[in-house]
Amino acid sequence: MDVVNQMQRQFVDYSTSLHREGILDDQFTQLQKLQDENSPDFVVEVASLFFEDCEKLINNMARALEQQGVDFKQVDASVHQLKGSSSSIGAVQVKNVCIAFRSFCEAQNREGCLRCLQQVTHEYSLLKNKLQTLFRLEQQILAAGGSIPVIE
Amino acid sequence: MDSSCNCIEPQWPPDDLLMKYQYISDFFIALAYFSIPLELIYFVKKSAVFPYRWVIVQFGAFIVLCGTTHLINLWTFTLHTRTVAMVMMTAKVFTAVVSCVTALMLVHIIPDLLSVKTRELFLKNKAAELDREMGLIRTQEETGRHVRMLTHEIRSTLDRHTILKTTLVELGRTLALEECALWMPTRTGLELQLSYTLRQQNPVGYTVPIHLPVINQVFSSSHAVKISPNCPVARIRPAGKYMPGEVVAARVPLLHLSNFHINDWPELSTKRYALMVLMLPSDSARQWHVHELELVEVVADQVAVALSHAAILEESMRARDLLMEQNVALDLARREAEMAIRARNDFLAVLNHEMRTPMHAIIALSSLLQETELTPEQRLMVETILKSSNLLSTLINDVLDLSRLEDGSLQLDLGTFNLYVVFREVLNLIKPIASVKKLHVSLNLAPDLPEYAIGDEMRLMQTILNVVGNAVKFSKDGSITITAFVAKAELLSDSRNPEFFPVPSDNHFYLRVQVKDSGIGISPQDLPKLFTKFAQNQSTATQNSGGSGLGLAICKRFVNLMEGHIWIESEGLGKGSTAIFMVKLGIPERLNESKLAFMPKVPPNHGPTAFPGLKVLVMDENGVSRKVTKGLLVHLGCDVTMVSSSEECLRVVSNEHKVVFMDFCTPGMDGYEIAIRMHEKFTKRHERPIIVALTGNTDKVTKESCMRVGMDGVILKPVSLDKMRSVLSDLLEHRVLFEAI
Repeated sequence: MDVVNQMQRQFVDYSTSLHREGILDDQFTQLQKLQDENSPDFVVEVASLFFEDCEKLINNMARALEQQGVDFKQVDASVHQLKGSSSSIGAVQVKNVCIAFRSFCEAQNREGCLRCLQQVTHEYSLLKNKLQTLFRLEQQILAAGGSIPVIE
Repeated sequence: MDSSCNCIEPQWPPDDLLMKYQYISDFFIALAYFSIPLELIYFVKKSAVFPYRWVIVQFGAFIVLCGTTHLINLWTFTLHTRTVAMVMMTAKVFTAVVSCVTALMLVHIIPDLLSVKTRELFLKNKAAELDREMGLIRTQEETGRHVRMLTHEIRSTLDRHTILKTTLVELGRTLALEECALWMPTRTGLELQLSYTLRQQNPVGYTVPIHLPVINQVFSSSHAVKISPNCPVARIRPAGKYMPGEVVAARVPLLHLSNFHINDWPELSTKRYALMVLMLPSDSARQWHVHELELVEVVADQVAVALSHAAILEESMRARDLLMEQNVALDLARREAEMAIRARNDFLAVLNHEMRTPMHAIIALSSLLQETELTPEQRLMVETILKSSNLLSTLINDVLDLSRLEDGSLQLDLGTFNLYVVFREVLNLIKPIASVKKLHVSLNLAPDLPEYAIGDEMRLMQTILNVVGNAVKFSKDGSITITAFVAKAELLSDSRNPEFFPVPSDNHFYLRVQVKDSGIGISPQDLPKLFTKFAQNQSTATQNSGGSGLGLAICKRFVNLMEGHIWIESEGLGKGSTAIFMVKLGIPERLNESKLAFMPKVPPNHGPTAFPGLKVLVMDENGVSRKVTKGLLVHLGCDVTMVSSSEECLRVVSNEHKVVFMDFCTPGMDGYEIAIRMHEKFTKRHERPIIVALTGNTDKVTKESCMRVGMDGVILKPVSLDKMRSVLSDLLEHRVLFEAI
């Protein structure tokens, strides 16, 4: 029991820190609320989907920006998608970068876009790591027989 | 030679005188005989018609041959050859034949010729007869023309006298009458009075009773009837020396507006008739012809119509004049009333100000005086002054209020107030007076009486105070009970007050207050007068009742303004009375409570699924976003179908889906178009799913465009669970939500 409590506390602290650092926002909490007996792995599923989507989009953007004649419209479309996905999951940092990215696309600024792309990739990797840690903690708690604490 | 020989006498010498004459005669005969046929031919040729041409030929032949014979005779006076004799003989033979034939023919022809003559005579007679008839028709036609002209004359005027006069004049002229007269029925209907004549200028008022047989005879027939010149109606002129001419009378129906009812035509028995009498010139031996009688009948009918027109016009003119008079009178009355009201208002305004100011001074200063050091007598005096001035002030207020109430210019000051407090105030105010009179006052407030209510606090208190005050005033001892409760639906329609049908609703309740006292009571005949102004019970007027009698009247006005009813019940004198009134008050909190009641209070994390089985369609190109939305909706219990493109959306959507969530910010996917297409697909509003757009920006432009294409709502992403829940419940309840941020 003690272990479970400890793990739960760890989980809560970690979650809170993520929120405090501004990596995740309230939307993520909402997603966690949606997780119940009917869909126990809801958050994990959403996150996996997000990672897939993200990687695909980032690759697209990278390829598009490598071209000689950059198709900014296509890049913009991908950024838009990424923005949507990130806001759905609550990845606030990623979303903010996307917003900046979009303005560079509109300005057709290749340098700016490349810079943003780099930033996005960085943020995304960070987020992925953090979330994977979080999920591991969850699994540990569940394996120990505890329940995931609800964060208000 | 003197012998008596039997030989033929020798031929006389040709140049004998006898011979000569014969010779000449023969010659002339021949000439004549040749010229006659020529003449015949000539003249026959000239005449167009001659039926017997071959007779001419025959005759001509006969004559020519005769002439030839006589011509040839000329040669026989002298010695002639055998040839001549032969020719002579031939000619004679021919002549004989032809003459015999002609003689035979003539036997047939001559009777024919004679009959031609008779036929000619017959035709001449016929022609004469036709001429006569022609003359008759022409006179008839002329008569017809006269009728038309007469009618025209009669109908060209709407003045009754002109009509009648014209009729008589024209008739007289057309028919060359000696006299025409018109007899009109008198007002009583029992006599006929001579109204108009042709020749006499001012007919003296001859009257004949209406029920004479001859008059009845004329009235009962629609034709003109010949009457005897000796009957009273025809004896208009002084009896002359001559034989009076024939007289004819016709009836003229007098049509009245009142004769014509909507659904039935007037019966003949109620018809009134006038009598038209026409006299032919005396001593003219003229007879009334059929066509003349017809003329008279037609004219009589036309006159009837013209008269009725004139009568109707008269009526309408009279009605119009009457209306105008009435209008003028009403206008005057209205202006006078307005002036009176203005005068009264001015008076009241003056009263209001001028009387209240000194009143205020008196009351204020007396109450101040009360605060100072006073001897007991002085205190008593000051108290009396204060009481009297309060009473006077109340009186002024009452009068002003009542006049304003009657104007209809009084309006309730609605506000939220504490009902319990109002009753307690009244109790506090009345307790001192009641205790002086040793009356016990008790207040019962029902437990379900709401604490707060919406209404005019001041006036409600005034009403309760007035009623309770009356109870105290008219009770010498005993107790007074005030009960207040919420009127239930069954009790609302009191059999006593059939016109009062209060209808309770969610926002209002009816407060019922009953004030029962054990006082002097009211006799049944006084009960209806209670609420009339200035009417007091005569029995109590002498006692120190005070007040102006306006109190209850004012209460009634207030109660009516509050859409209620007030009445007093009493079993009789000395048995006490109960004053009951009901007023409509608003409920302040009920609205909020009712709204909350609709929303299922679902605790944030757990809780029953709010929308079990609700079929929704989610369209989103973005996989993550789609999954999140789906998760939200599944958590709320919905049955979610996901599509990732607009074509798929339009294909899959059916009327089973209650709500369609469309992600709006993906470029290339025209959310607007989808909305339009969905409207096209589902023409009936109740079949169409509710369309909601999920968008990242809710600026005004986006919202307006969404509204324009027929979307039912717009939600800003990201959507929280609570927000989704409230959005869905709002949508399903109202079918429209225009903003959820």
